[in-house]
Amino acid sequence: MDLVPKMKNVSVLGAAGKMGSGILVLLSFEMAKLKIGKKSNEQFVLNAIDVSQPALVNLLGYVRSQLLKHAEKNIVELREWYADKENLVDNEDVINQFVEDVMAMIQTSTRIETTYESNLIFEAIKEDKDLKVKLFSQIKQNNPNAWFLTNTSSIPIGEIEKEAGLNGDIVGYHFYNPPVIQKLLEIIKCDNTGDELNEFSIALAKSMRKIIVPSKDVAGFIGNGHFMRDALYALNQAQKLAETEGWAKAFFMIDTISRDLLVRPMGIFQLIDYVGVDVTKFILASMQPSFPNETLSHGVLNELFDREVKGGQYADGSQKDGVFKYQKGRITHVYDFGAGKYVSKEDIEMDCAAKMGELPTLKIYWKTVVRDKNKAEYLEKFFKELHQIDSVGANLAVAYGQNSKAIGQMLVDTEVAASAEDVNTVLETGFFHAYGPINDYF
Amino acid sequence: MKALRKKVYMVAGYNTVSMGTGRKEFHPKKPRPDLEHYIKEAGQATLKMIGGAENVDEGVIGNFMAARFNKQANLPAFLPMIDEGLKYKPAISVEGACASGGLALASGIKSILAETADVVLAVGFEVQNTMKAMYGADVLAGAGWMKTRKEGHAYFFPGVFSKRAGAYYEKFGKEKTREAMAKWYCNAIENARLCETAQEFHNQNKDLEGTAKMPLNPKKFVDHLNYSDCSKVSDGASAIAIVSEEGLKKVGIDPKDAVEVVGIGQAASDITQEPENMTCLTTMKAAAAKAMEMAGVTVDQIGTVEVHDCFSIAGIMGAEAIGFAEEGKGVDFVLEGHTSRCGKVPFNTTGGLIGWGHPTGATGVHQAVTIWEQLTGKAGDAQIEMKEDRPYGMTVNMGGDDKSLVAIVYKRGE
Repeated sequence: MDLVPKMKNVSVLGAAGKMGSGILVLLSFEMAKLKIGKKSNEQFVLNAIDVSQPALVNLLGYVRSQLLKHAEKNIVELREWYADKENLVDNEDVINQFVEDVMAMIQTSTRIETTYESNLIFEAIKEDKDLKVKLFSQIKQNNPNAWFLTNTSSIPIGEIEKEAGLNGDIVGYHFYNPPVIQKLLEIIKCDNTGDELNEFSIALAKSMRKIIVPSKDVAGFIGNGHFMRDALYALNQAQKLAETEGWAKAFFMIDTISRDLLVRPMGIFQLIDYVGVDVTKFILASMQPSFPNETLSHGVLNELFDREVKGGQYADGSQKDGVFKYQKGRITHVYDFGAGKYVSKEDIEMDCAAKMGELPTLKIYWKTVVRDKNKAEYLEKFFKELHQIDSVGANLAVAYGQNSKAIGQMLVDTEVAASAEDVNTVLETGFFHAYGPINDYF
Repeated sequence: MKALRKKVYMVAGYNTVSMGTGRKEFHPKKPRPDLEHYIKEAGQATLKMIGGAENVDEGVIGNFMAARFNKQANLPAFLPMIDEGLKYKPAISVEGACASGGLALASGIKSILAETADVVLAVGFEVQNTMKAMYGADVLAGAGWMKTRKEGHAYFFPGVFSKRAGAYYEKFGKEKTREAMAKWYCNAIENARLCETAQEFHNQNKDLEGTAKMPLNPKKFVDHLNYSDCSKVSDGASAIAIVSEEGLKKVGIDPKDAVEVVGIGQAASDITQEPENMTCLTTMKAAAAKAMEMAGVTVDQIGTVEVHDCFSIAGIMGAEAIGFAEEGKGVDFVLEGHTSRCGKVPFNTTGGLIGWGHPTGATGVHQAVTIWEQLTGKAGDAQIEMKEDRPYGMTVNMGGDDKSLVAIVYKRGE
């Protein structure tokens, strides 16, 4: 499929944000392939659009650094691309020229009107349906042929399509954070999504070398469909535990169990902090209307939000205080929801270990297991032992694993995911889990 | 010249650590020792062994590309930095790409023969981790003819030797050659593990052969070589004293603790010309032949060799160029274990350029230090047993693609 006609003029809305900036970088790589690699004579424009002018200035610095890294990594290929440029002799000459050439295709703008010239509009603004609908419909009225690729992680595409009057010119294109590194891409076709757009979106994803998982157009899709329910379960478990142990210990124990005993890269509350309590709350709220029979909100989460215990990241990527406080990525303090203050991890750690009781003697760590050839064998042994132990920690872990599996199975049963394999792929690649939720361990 | 007109010895060798990837203490983003540190460390260690700077008549410093890696030139003036006692003494720097160290030795030997000095301090150094590999490749490409840079590979020298490897595969069979290259790598790492200054000293890989036999990846690297076929990007310095008989007395060292230089062969070939034979290092062959002729020895008398294995294929072709095997038979020579540490002629006993490291300007001096250590029984855990019928050691240092060569034959002092 010839990507050039559509890729000639592309806009990214919310380009200065975390996801938007990554998507912008990926698109700049793609344009470079067409313009420089395939020596297209066309003019290419990549509009970086954001409400914040200062953020756009910072964005250009980020894009430049990413382009430099990309060029360094791909220097062998780049030398071929620039083989006919006599003046570019050293690798350094080639790398610098590449960065200049790609940067020259990028234009920043704070005006929505900029998109009126674009064939493709990538959107990565905040998770707010009304805002998305308002912008898309305005663009559509002024640019009737535009295709929309939205990075929404939870809002049904069909609803946006209908409310904004997009005539099927929209597809869900859900990247994982950070988009430049994360291989997973959930592609969500709504009922009306045009075939041509659908084909294009798959061809582009392949060119970006993404792992594509199609998801049905159901709020939350596969990734958040699992994550949000997993998070709600964890909040409920913590709430129960808090009745006897207090909130600090409850948060800490459930987090530890979901990380160490489920062999995940981070505990569930650390993940919520990473994503942001605020973002988690928005995602849940955006999913709720689609699931009238389920409660997709949590009082504790809402209360944390109201108390400004929000998590999320600073511009430099470091973690803000949330359920936990961190130092160099490690948990140092835990929020005692009952008392409204942080307590030192050291003060509760021993009590938590005592409460959790016996744990498997086989110690396995996500970091080492995830890349091990014999991963399945280690996990099987570990979980087998976990099942045999009758302690508070082990029982909570087994119940947690079973619940996670049930969520995964539900996503398959309700056809959000086409197969168990797709659910597992999303959790393994998008969330870096060592194993998928649908497994024989639980 | 048929023979050296007077006796020339080398004593008091010293190698700093070869710093770079592979060393536990190496972190690309953390500050590291600078060139001043390496020159001082090596120079001072040698001075200490020869009774101080006052015994030194001249100094020579070998370096390839400090002008670009470190933006530093006027290197002779770094010798007096080593010790105040070297102030106002003659100093010179030499450059011949990766043979800069060998040329420093040649220069020192000539000073002894010219009788302008009885004791020459020879130092070689390179600090090249100042830039990422793809930029370092630009700098190192200066060892080739710059007018061929544009058409060359991103990783210029791996590209050059990949072509040689490809030609060798075609002529003599790929499978066996890859086997021999893997064996070369295993030997290099196993030897490096015995030498604590080696860059691969900390290597704990249990499956070296598996690493060496990983599939080639031309898309990210070159057509016919793996990373394991390549020498390392290294920071380091080596120093040794080159002395006359009088000099040996002056520094108060027993001849038994010295090596005598019995033959030296230098050769250069036109950098603007393509190799006349892709599967033979003809300039190396010429230099090695000259050195052995001067020494009056044959390959059968050589007990250990430090050969310039900037790439495993260069090591194998080096064994052929010196005369241990005919063209195309170097692979068998290696596969039969003759170059291994328990073999007939242990090669690169502390790892060579692939295992010990390749701080380019230091390498020639490092080779001499290793031979000095082996022949005088100072090689520690890496010590090999020198057999009576093979008492000679040899170093072969190469600049560029078989362009600037220095070969030296040594024996233990008596």
